Amino acid sequence: MAHKILIVDDEPNIVISLEFLMKKEGFEIAVATDGEEALAKVASFGPDLMLLDVMMPKKSGFEVCEALRADPANAGLQIVMLTAKGRDTEVAKGLAIGADAYVTKPFSTKELVAKVKSMLGVA
Amino acid sequence: MLSGWFILLLSTAYLAILFAVARFGDARADAGKSIISANVYALSLAVYCTSWTFYGSVGRATSGGLSFLTIYIGPTLMLLMTGVILKMIRISKVHRITSIADFIASRYGKSQLLAGLVTVIAVIGVVPYIALQLKAISASLNVLLLESDADFLPWWLDSTFLIAGLLAVFTILFGTRHLDATERHEGMVAAVAFESVVKLLAFLAVGLFVTYGMFGGLSDLFQRAAASPELGRLLQLDSARAGTWTAMILLSGLAIIFLPRQFQIIVVENVNESHLKRAVWLFPLYLLLINIFVLPLALGGLLHFQGQPFNADTFVLTLPLARGAEALALLVFIGGLSAATGMVIVETIALSTMVCNDLVMPWLLRSSRFGASKDLSKLLIGIRRVAITLILLLGYIYFRAAGEAYALVGIGLISFAAVAQFAPAMFGGMYWKQGTRAGAVAGLLGGFAVWLYTLLLPSFARSGWIGNGFVEHGLFGIAELKAQALFGLSGLDEISHSLWWSLLINLGLYIVVSLNSRPDAVEAGQAERFVDIFRHSAQETDTRIWRGHASMGELVSLLERFLGPARAHQQLGIFASERGTADWRKLPADADLVHFAEAQLAGAIGSASARVMVASVAQEEEIGLEEVLDILDEATQVRAYSRELEAKSQELETATTELRAVNERLRELDKMKDDFISTVTHELRTPLTSIRALSEMLHEDPKLELSDRKRFLGIIVSETERLTRLINQILDMAKLESGRAEWTTSEVDVRDVVRESMDSLGQLFREKGVTLTGELPETCPLVMADRDRLTQVMINLLSNAVKFVSGETGKVHVRLSADDERVRIEVADNGPGLTADECTVIFEKFRQGGNTMTDKPQGTGLGLPISRQIVEYFGGNLWVESEPGAGANFIFTVPLPGPEEQQ
Repeated sequence: MAHKILIVDDEPNIVISLEFLMKKEGFEIAVATDGEEALAKVASFGPDLMLLDVMMPKKSGFEVCEALRADPANAGLQIVMLTAKGRDTEVAKGLAIGADAYVTKPFSTKELVAKVKSMLGVA
Repeated sequence: MLSGWFILLLSTAYLAILFAVARFGDARADAGKSIISANVYALSLAVYCTSWTFYGSVGRATSGGLSFLTIYIGPTLMLLMTGVILKMIRISKVHRITSIADFIASRYGKSQLLAGLVTVIAVIGVVPYIALQLKAISASLNVLLLESDADFLPWWLDSTFLIAGLLAVFTILFGTRHLDATERHEGMVAAVAFESVVKLLAFLAVGLFVTYGMFGGLSDLFQRAAASPELGRLLQLDSARAGTWTAMILLSGLAIIFLPRQFQIIVVENVNESHLKRAVWLFPLYLLLINIFVLPLALGGLLHFQGQPFNADTFVLTLPLARGAEALALLVFIGGLSAATGMVIVETIALSTMVCNDLVMPWLLRSSRFGASKDLSKLLIGIRRVAITLILLLGYIYFRAAGEAYALVGIGLISFAAVAQFAPAMFGGMYWKQGTRAGAVAGLLGGFAVWLYTLLLPSFARSGWIGNGFVEHGLFGIAELKAQALFGLSGLDEISHSLWWSLLINLGLYIVVSLNSRPDAVEAGQAERFVDIFRHSAQETDTRIWRGHASMGELVSLLERFLGPARAHQQLGIFASERGTADWRKLPADADLVHFAEAQLAGAIGSASARVMVASVAQEEEIGLEEVLDILDEATQVRAYSRELEAKSQELETATTELRAVNERLRELDKMKDDFISTVTHELRTPLTSIRALSEMLHEDPKLELSDRKRFLGIIVSETERLTRLINQILDMAKLESGRAEWTTSEVDVRDVVRESMDSLGQLFREKGVTLTGELPETCPLVMADRDRLTQVMINLLSNAVKFVSGETGKVHVRLSADDERVRIEVADNGPGLTADECTVIFEKFRQGGNTMTDKPQGTGLGLPISRQIVEYFGGNLWVESEPGAGANFIFTVPLPGPEEQQ
C-alpha cells in the first residue's frame, strides 16, 4: 500500500508543485492550508509523513509539530519541516521540538524526493 | 527688726551658697563630668538680667511705659540669628579665644594694639555698668536699713564701698581660684545659672504679692491705672517714640553678645554648640517671665505711693515693706543681690582677663626682668586679682562721681552704647575678608570718641564734674558740636543720638580705611580662617602656614612658665597621646607642636601675647602674603576640585546611562533589521520555491501533459511577476526610509490624480464586477506634492479595495473634499472590514489583512506602509476607519500650502 503524505502550506502554488511532485512518485496525498486543518487531517487521514511549512496562519509549523509530538499516538509520524527562513536557529528549533528533517525553501525537487523516500524506507 | 548685721550675715550666707555651687561645678568639671547642660547654659545667659532689670525696669516703666521691653526684644531677636552666634562660638573654640578683645585682635592679625584698644573701650564703657550694680545694692540696702538702724557702720565706711570690697573678694575667690589660667570657668557658670533662678523666683514672688496681695489682680490694677489719665498713658504704645524703640532694640541686641560678660558666657563658656538651640527659646522665655510683673509693679507703686515722695527704682522693696512683709523684702533683696553679684562677677572676670592678657601682658613681655621668672602662672592670677579690685574700685568711683545723676536704666544704656562699637569690627571680621586691622582701629577709635563726647562726658557734666558748656552751646561755642545735637541732629533722645553718630562714624571709617589698606600675611591668613571657619579645618591650615624651627625645650619651658609645670605637662601628655606618642618628650618640635603651644598659650594669655611669646622662642621664616593666601586658597581649590570631580563622575554616570540607552536602541534596531531581512528573505523565497519546483519538474519530465505544462508555466510567470513587484517595492521602501527617494514637487490638482487612478484601474474593477464611483467637488485647491507619488498612493488604496471586496456585490466609493487647511481623499469599500487591531497592523511592513488561504491577498504587504510614508512626507496623514463587517474607509489628507508658501 502506498505511503500517505500530508502536505501543509498556505502558498497555493507551492501546494500545487508539492502535490504534483509527490503524486508522481506514487504517494497518497492530502493537503492542509493552515495549522489547525493540519492537525485535523493528521487525525482523519493518518499520514506516514508530513511536509510542514513553518510560516502559516492560525498555527505555525512549530506549534503543529509540538502538538503532534505531545501525543504518543503520532510517534510513527515523520515530520519534514519546510521553511523559507533559512536561519540556523530555526533549523535547530525545528529539530529540537521533534521534527525529523528540515528543508529550506527553495528546495531541489530531486533531493526532497530522495529524502522523503529514504525516510519512508522506499529507496 | 531688720538689723544691718542680720542683712550682712544673710548676704554672706547667700554668697557662701553660691561659692559652694561654684566649687561643686568646678569639681565636676575637673572630674570630667561637666554639669553644664543646655538648661544651665540657657539660664547662665540670664546674667544679662542684672539689678538693672531687677530694680530698674520698674523704674523705667513708671516713666516710659512699655518701652522697658525693648531691652528684652533686642536680645530675643539677636538669639534668633543662631548662625551668627554659632560662627562666633566655632571661631572662638578653634582659636582658643579668651575674650571679645582677644576675638577682635586675633581676627585682625593677633594685634596687641587692637586687643588693648578693645580692652580700654570695654573697661571705660562697662565701669558705669558696674557702678550701676553698686548703686542698686546700695539703694536696696538703704531702703531696708531705713526701717531700722541706719548707722550700724562706722562713720569712715560707707555701705557701697563695703559692698564693692566684698564683691571684689568674692569675685577673686570665685573666678581666679584656679592656678591654671584657662579660658573657661564652669563653676562660675553653674553659680550664675543658680543666681538666675533665685532672682527670677524673687521677682515673681514680689510680683504676685503686689498684684494679688495688695491689689485685686491684674485687671484691677489696669482698670485703676486706666482711670488715671497720667497712668493710662503708660499702657499705650507711643508712636512718637518709635525711633527710640528701634535704637533700643538694636542697642540691646548688640549688647547681648558684645558686653564682655555676655561674650564670656555665650561664646567663651559654651561647652557644646548644641546648647545654643535650647537657649534660643529658653532665654527669651526667661526674659518674658521676669518682665511679666514689671508693669503691674510700676502701676502698683504709683498707685500706692500717690502723693508721697518715692523712688520708683526701689518699688520692689518698698511695696512689700509698706505692707510689713519683711521676709518677702529680704527675699527680694537677695534676688537683687543675685542679679548684681552675677553681673559683677562675670563682668569683672571677663574684664580682668582682658586687662591681664591685653594690657598688662604686652607691657610685661617687653620688660627684661620678667624674662627671668620661671613660673608665671601665679603672676597671671595675681594680675587678674589686682585687675578685679581696680575695676570694682573704678566702678565705685564712677558711682560716687556720676551715680546720682542718672536713673539705673540711663547708666546701663551708656554701657550698651559703648560695647555696640564692637559691632562693625566683629561682624565685619566674621563675614568680610577685606576688613583690615587699620580699618578696625580707625572705626573703633572714631566710634569710641563719638560715644565719649556725646554720652559719657555729658553724664559727667550732668553730675557737675565738668562744665556743661559743650552740651549747651557746643565745643568752643560751635553749635554744630553740641554734644547731644551733633551737626544739628536734634529731636532724638541722647542714646539714639549717640548710637546713630557713633555707629555711622565707626562703620564708615571701618569700611573706608579697610578698603584703602593692605593686610599683612598673618592678618590675611586670620581673615581667611575666621570668615571661612566652617570650611577650614584649623589644624591643617594653621600648621601649613607656619615654617621655621623651634626647640622642644624652649617650647616646653614656655608652656611651663605660663601654665605652671603640672598643667603644662598634663596638656602635653594629652597632645602626645592624640598623636600616638606615649611620651611627650619624644614629640618632634614641628609645626604641629608649635601650633599646639601657641593655642595653649592663647587660652592663658590671649592670642596676641601668645603669638609674641611663640615668635620669641621659634626661628620663624616669614611667609609672604601671597603665599599664605595661596596655601589657604589651596584648601578651597581642593574642595572645588572635589566638587568638580563629583560633577564629572555624575556626568559620566549620565553619559553611561545615555550610552546604555543608545546601545539598547541600536540593539533593537539591529533586531528589527534582522527581522526585516528575515521577513524579506521569506517573502522572496516563497515565490522562488514555486518557480524552482515547477521549472525543475518541467525540465526533468519532457513527457508532462500539455495542460499541466501550461498551468505550471502560468504559475511560474505570475510568481516571477510577484517577485519583481516585491523587489521593486522593497527598493522603494528602502529609498523612502533612507530619505533617498526622489521627489518632484509641483502644484497638483488632486482631482486629476483621483480621476487618472480610477481610469487606470477601471478595467480591473470591471473584470471583477466591482462598482467604482467617484465624488469630486467643482473646484479644488492645488496642493504642493509629487504627482506620481500621490497617484501611487491612490492606486494602492484602490487595488487594495478591489482585492478585498467580493465580486458582483462589491462597491468602492471615492470621495474628495477640501477645507481651508487640507484636501481629504476617502476610499470606502463594502468589504469584510477590519478589527481595531488590524487597523494599525496593516500599516506595518509585510503585514496583511485577511488570514485564510482563500482570501489570502495577492500583495507584498508593503503597499500601505509605502503609501503612509508618501503621505506623511507631504505633511498629511493616512489612516483607516473600519469595523468588522462594515467595510473599510481609507482616508488620507494632504495639507494646503500656508499663505507664505503660496507667495
